[in-house]
Amino acid sequence: MNYKIFSLGDSALTIEFGNEISVELNGRVLRLAEVFDKRSFTGFIELVPAYSSLTIFYDVFTVRKNFPEFSTAFTAVKSFVEYALENLKVPQKIDSKAVEIPVCFDRESALDLDSLAAENNLARQEVIEIFLSQTYRVFMLGFLPGFAYLGEVDERIAARRKTSPRLEVPRGSVAIAGKQAGIYPLASPGGWQIIGRTDVELFTPNDAEPTFLQVGNQVKFYSQNL
Amino acid sequence: MSIIIQKEGILSTVQDLGRSGYRSSGINPGGAMDKIAVRLINILLGNDESEAVLEMHFPAPEILFEKDAVFALGGADFDATLNNKNLENWKSYFAEKKSVLKFARKNFGTRAYFSVTGGFEIEKWLGSASTNLTAEIGGFRGRHLQKRDRLDFKQTIIDIKQKFNYKIAGSLIPFYNRFPTVRVVAGAEFELLEASSEQFFSRQSFTITQNSNRMGFRLEGAPLKLLCNKELVSSAVSFGTIQLLPDGQMIILMADHQTSGGYPRIANICEIDLPLVAQLGANDKIAFHIISLEEAENLFLQREFELNFLKFGIKTKLHR
Repeated sequence: MNYKIFSLGDSALTIEFGNEISVELNGRVLRLAEVFDKRSFTGFIELVPAYSSLTIFYDVFTVRKNFPEFSTAFTAVKSFVEYALENLKVPQKIDSKAVEIPVCFDRESALDLDSLAAENNLARQEVIEIFLSQTYRVFMLGFLPGFAYLGEVDERIAARRKTSPRLEVPRGSVAIAGKQAGIYPLASPGGWQIIGRTDVELFTPNDAEPTFLQVGNQVKFYSQNL
Repeated sequence: MSIIIQKEGILSTVQDLGRSGYRSSGINPGGAMDKIAVRLINILLGNDESEAVLEMHFPAPEILFEKDAVFALGGADFDATLNNKNLENWKSYFAEKKSVLKFARKNFGTRAYFSVTGGFEIEKWLGSASTNLTAEIGGFRGRHLQKRDRLDFKQTIIDIKQKFNYKIAGSLIPFYNRFPTVRVVAGAEFELLEASSEQFFSRQSFTITQNSNRMGFRLEGAPLKLLCNKELVSSAVSFGTIQLLPDGQMIILMADHQTSGGYPRIANICEIDLPLVAQLGANDKIAFHIISLEEAENLFLQREFELNFLKFGIKTKLHR
């Protein structure tokens, strides 16, 4: 298994399995994350799974105090990671829960659908059909609370980011950037191409689990008029 | 049992040391920009060091005490007065009921902190009292403080024997200045810089532009170039990560940064020097000095020892 471990400042390290959007690499990330989710080390703060990397944040003071046999907290955590990687189990039991999300593609919601269709030499309806035909994996959460990065979008409807980002993308906008799809949980500036809108609450701050989507979920969209 | 904002400041929010454990949901830790200032004044007051405080920018608010309180200020120096008497930073004071705290002028720095003994009554969100302005939640109703907002004290009765007039030793206060050289650890993509850009990075200084806020500081200087243009898939970033933007300029991610990013990571500012950066404003200049990770960790540890020592010393004094 190929990987690189490097520091992200003095209180975190990143394990990088590659630099691409792939189900296999993301699966490794989640399996490693699961190890530390179940049994972390003294001084562990939190972890952040991404497309093909996992970042672990730790408290330097506590790690150094509890693992004095290592010269730095970084080498201590790195050795825990290496040990975990050597013993990484192949059978993956990650959360691959299926989730369905309604999307409205009317002109008011789908702000960039026409231009995206034109750029890809497709009819508006074809873009929608291609988009709906697929199931998308939640590769990671980031950018905004509850914002899920979904992949992969069919090559035929892939879209460049807007050259100048919108100052306010409406809450619930379903959007495409490259071969990624995403849903804006909150109104926010953003440069992705908006193809529709959902009324599903993706960020529920007062719930114990404040986000609707979790890493590893399988998302299927369906058309609905809001 | 509270303070009232009599006059609104430009951006005053309730902050603490941040919210951990939710980055993987896209919820960043946030918290005070200058965490050392917060820890120092809280320790000085005998509070838990992560107690919620006010973070203020200039113009800062005018604050009325509705009840007696012991308080302290730290971080930026906005020429504070209590009932028109001058106050110093890093010192604990007693404010009688009906006293007014004002800030006349920006002497130094960008972010001033205000804490009271016992702390403010703030409902925590995901374990923290920090205000998340993007999600409009946490802190005081998820927003910055406005005129007539009232913040209650947790402590309902003030102990008249409560001690004040203590001051933190100068050696513990960060060496704030407008043109700091801050220590950094090289980032994952540092080695992708062209040789001349590597030299620029550690020999030149960079100006903080107007386009700088709690999310990040945009820098301006000689553009840096990469040996090859590497497209990165998004991965975690942190407070203090220095990213290289496509136009060759850098951005320093600050307290309200997004949890993930895809720009090359040139370096990360060492935890110990983040407070120096947090106090910078537009047109200030910053230079970088690369140190080893081991050195960075040792500086981190040394500061924690000093803070623990201070905590112990103050506890002894306050409970004598």
